[in-house]
Amino acid sequence: MSQNRFQNLYPPMPSIFMAPTEIMYDAKHLFLFSHTQGVKKPYKEVIDICWGDAHSGGTKPLTFVRQVIAVCIYPELLQETTIAPDVKERARRLLRECPGGSVGKYCVCGIPFVQDGVCEFISKRDGGVPSYPEDIFICSGSQNALMFVLKLLVHGKGLAQTGVLTPIPCYPTFVMGLTELGAAMVPYYLCEDDGWCLHVEELRRALATSRSHCNPRILYVINPGNPTGHVQSRESIEEVIRFAAEEELFIFADEVYQDMMYAEGSQFVSYKKVLFEMGPQYSNTVELASFHSVSKGIMGECGLRCGYVELVNLDPSVKQSVTSAFNTERNTAVIGQIALNIMVDPPKPGDPSYPTFSQVSLHETVEALPGTSFQAGSGGIYAYLRLDLPQKALLQAKEEGTDPDLMYCSRLLEEEGVCLVVGKEHGQQEGTYHIRICIGTTSTRLKEVLRRLKSFHLRFLNEFS
Amino acid sequence: MSRDRTHILPCCQGAVTQRCCQPALWKMTENCFMHHRTKVLTIDTMNPNVKKVEYAVRGPIVQRAVQIEKELKAGAKKPFSEVIRANIGDAHAMGQRPITFFRQVLALCSYPELLEGNEFPEDAKERARRILQACGGGSIGAYSASQGIECVRQDVARYIQERDGGIPCNPDNIYLSTGASDAIVTILKLLVCGEGRNRTGVMIPIPQYPLYSAALADLGAVQIEYYLDEENCWSLDVSELRRALVAAQQHCSPRALCIINPGNPTGQVQSRQCIEDVIRFAAEEHLFLMADEVYQDNVYAEGCEFHSFKKVLFEMGPEYSDTVELVSFHSTSKCYMGECGFRGGYMEVINMDPDVKVQLTKLVSVRLCPPVPGQALLDVVVNPPRPGEPSFNTYIKERTSTLQVLAEKAWLTEEVFNTVPGITCNPVQGAMYSFPRISLPERAIQQAKEKGQAPDMFYCMKLLEETGICLVPGSGFGQREGTYHFRMTILPPTDKLKIVLEKVKQFHQSFTQQYS
Repeated sequence: MSQNRFQNLYPPMPSIFMAPTEIMYDAKHLFLFSHTQGVKKPYKEVIDICWGDAHSGGTKPLTFVRQVIAVCIYPELLQETTIAPDVKERARRLLRECPGGSVGKYCVCGIPFVQDGVCEFISKRDGGVPSYPEDIFICSGSQNALMFVLKLLVHGKGLAQTGVLTPIPCYPTFVMGLTELGAAMVPYYLCEDDGWCLHVEELRRALATSRSHCNPRILYVINPGNPTGHVQSRESIEEVIRFAAEEELFIFADEVYQDMMYAEGSQFVSYKKVLFEMGPQYSNTVELASFHSVSKGIMGECGLRCGYVELVNLDPSVKQSVTSAFNTERNTAVIGQIALNIMVDPPKPGDPSYPTFSQVSLHETVEALPGTSFQAGSGGIYAYLRLDLPQKALLQAKEEGTDPDLMYCSRLLEEEGVCLVVGKEHGQQEGTYHIRICIGTTSTRLKEVLRRLKSFHLRFLNEFS
Repeated sequence: MSRDRTHILPCCQGAVTQRCCQPALWKMTENCFMHHRTKVLTIDTMNPNVKKVEYAVRGPIVQRAVQIEKELKAGAKKPFSEVIRANIGDAHAMGQRPITFFRQVLALCSYPELLEGNEFPEDAKERARRILQACGGGSIGAYSASQGIECVRQDVARYIQERDGGIPCNPDNIYLSTGASDAIVTILKLLVCGEGRNRTGVMIPIPQYPLYSAALADLGAVQIEYYLDEENCWSLDVSELRRALVAAQQHCSPRALCIINPGNPTGQVQSRQCIEDVIRFAAEEHLFLMADEVYQDNVYAEGCEFHSFKKVLFEMGPEYSDTVELVSFHSTSKCYMGECGFRGGYMEVINMDPDVKVQLTKLVSVRLCPPVPGQALLDVVVNPPRPGEPSFNTYIKERTSTLQVLAEKAWLTEEVFNTVPGITCNPVQGAMYSFPRISLPERAIQQAKEKGQAPDMFYCMKLLEETGICLVPGSGFGQREGTYHFRMTILPPTDKLKIVLEKVKQFHQSFTQQYS
């Protein structure tokens, strides 16, 4: 079939990015292939710490979650004596809420019972700020939810093309989504030297320059950040909201890591809460979409594919259209919705399952290696290290016709069997190089990763000194 | 435009910027003048394609049904005690029992500690272990590869190969998806491009499953309609394909042809000859074939048989099998499984250009991966108990019984509807629906038009209000001008179905009388 019959899906991505993950994955597969062919390596297994995927990283799923799911799938298990009463009670309740009493049924916008639970969770989290079921849209993961809301807003070409203010660094899947929908990405740089925080002047600069080639309407923030792990202060959030209000931007607050705070004294405060505490001139007007998911947090159920978006201050004229559009496609797996229900309404102290449903602590002790710098975040699931690569290494990369951070990561994979994400996939300031490590894994595994990384890194510095 | 801000009360001054100094935008509230900020998302600034999308299966009639259910719950008195949702092909909602083996394997995958106990048979445990081994960290909670778990794709390929009498199937051509709908929309995204006269046209049957029209509206593609032949049991006539294509070539660039076999809403099962004709047509006219085969196990009528497009294609020889681009779709939502809520599905792409395949692989990665429980379910659907395995007897019994009951209900529906003057129902050869034609009195049609409703919508709304039965009007699926239909599922349990059929019969008679 000739290429021209198909849409040119991926016009050249902005030059600060490169084709996501393919390259490392190709490298990984090539390597794995050679491994199976009996090629000797100084290590037994490749450790892939690219994805923010706790289970892949060895974290065990939570028993309560999995027991409830198993019982809902196979209600005969209600007879099992080994299953705790609170599990059975929750499963019975959930099954009652599925017409036909089966998890095999379509569930359009979401099981109402689950939606209600989400509202209660949000309201409690935000100190009583109300949340309404008709504003909650349950989707197959936060990516799905993001694409749904983006699609409502994105259209137009040329100067009318919808622009989306996007943080740099940002995880590549989001940018691919923008390209798919035909949105213009408008990058704004987070300040590395300032702990990756967001400076409103930078937002202003980005916005001003974008107006010459597109119609910026959306401001995308990730809090806690991916890959940076930076958690925004309340003041910063207020500034962003004020900016969005002034410039008439729809805020997309990606808050999927809100339950993964690890630094002492750090606290997550939601965009919605801050918005509502800024008084009616903001809380009645600024449009906000906030996203959450079961993929992260202590449950880490990435594979179940469930998340939600809360749409705040939608214009009444669009509510019907939004609901109709949602009805057309959105069928979120019931199993995922069960996990969501548990996430927003977990076992409480006193419940039989409460003790095992305990906090999984993140091991974030990524010490700075010589020749790297690390702006430690306070939340999220990644460590984002900056590599200060020696001049010789940069030259070598140029000779090889590759990017310095890709060269670094490919060698790391080859020599130590560690697969990371190359900084270029997130976008970075010209002349800077980074690597992203998923730290949401067992402490044993993380220690091993850091050991191998350190060993490689010191050798690398030595080779190119 | 006055820049004078003295009229602005102090509490609002902080929010005012240059753009805001227009008195017309000020809105008075209780305590002060509030700035009426223009919303970013209004009906005018919304993506115009999104506005065009309608999805009849969950449209206004269903919304009214939901309302009525709430009213009943609140104690309202009605001539019926429950709403019967015969609008959507959701088997479990209608009481169809799941296949025990599938649920056992899924329970084991969800909570692997159960592998240690004695509650589950060995063959279920073996499959669960195999699936879990292929999952990151041994958990269905880990992301899978975007194309789907490799061993599942291999199992799907093996299933297809067996189904199609040994014609090879490459697992690399299998893409797992979130139900078949997701895969269908993904392919359409790849196909739709161009502007004006070069805009992609996609041929769809009338009547059709409205996902297609919704997706085409959403993508801004041109919908090219070809009519199925109601007089001939909803069969597909290539001359009609040709007519539609030629007409369309005037204003768009036709690129794809969608077939639903067995059909939705019509239930017809295409003959082998017909499938060959369609393939030949697609080859001649250089069209990309999309074969929606999600009802492939739902075949009831005597003399009817499911023929997969792929099998027929390959049996037509290399002139076709080497060249015709085909995608076929399947899912775990229908057939005898009926597991709509798991969102399991796949597509097989045949003869796709390698460069385009790269793009497809990238495209599916944007949503990360399909739900892993759905992938696990698909695996066990294509890899069910074999003769000799402990669960085989129960599995076969459940499967046969489910399909048999559906066949009985299909026949019953056709029979009852054909006894009603003014209703004619084609044989329900397959799938899960009847799509009878109803004749409506002129007065009813008039009243509907006055109300701004399609006549069959008017009919279905009345039916809902008077009997609590929720059907979907034919206008939601498309039909020939001047004809009216409704779609009713055959899923309600047999005794309930009998009651529903009787009620519809009575309603039709009284409706006809009322408006004659």
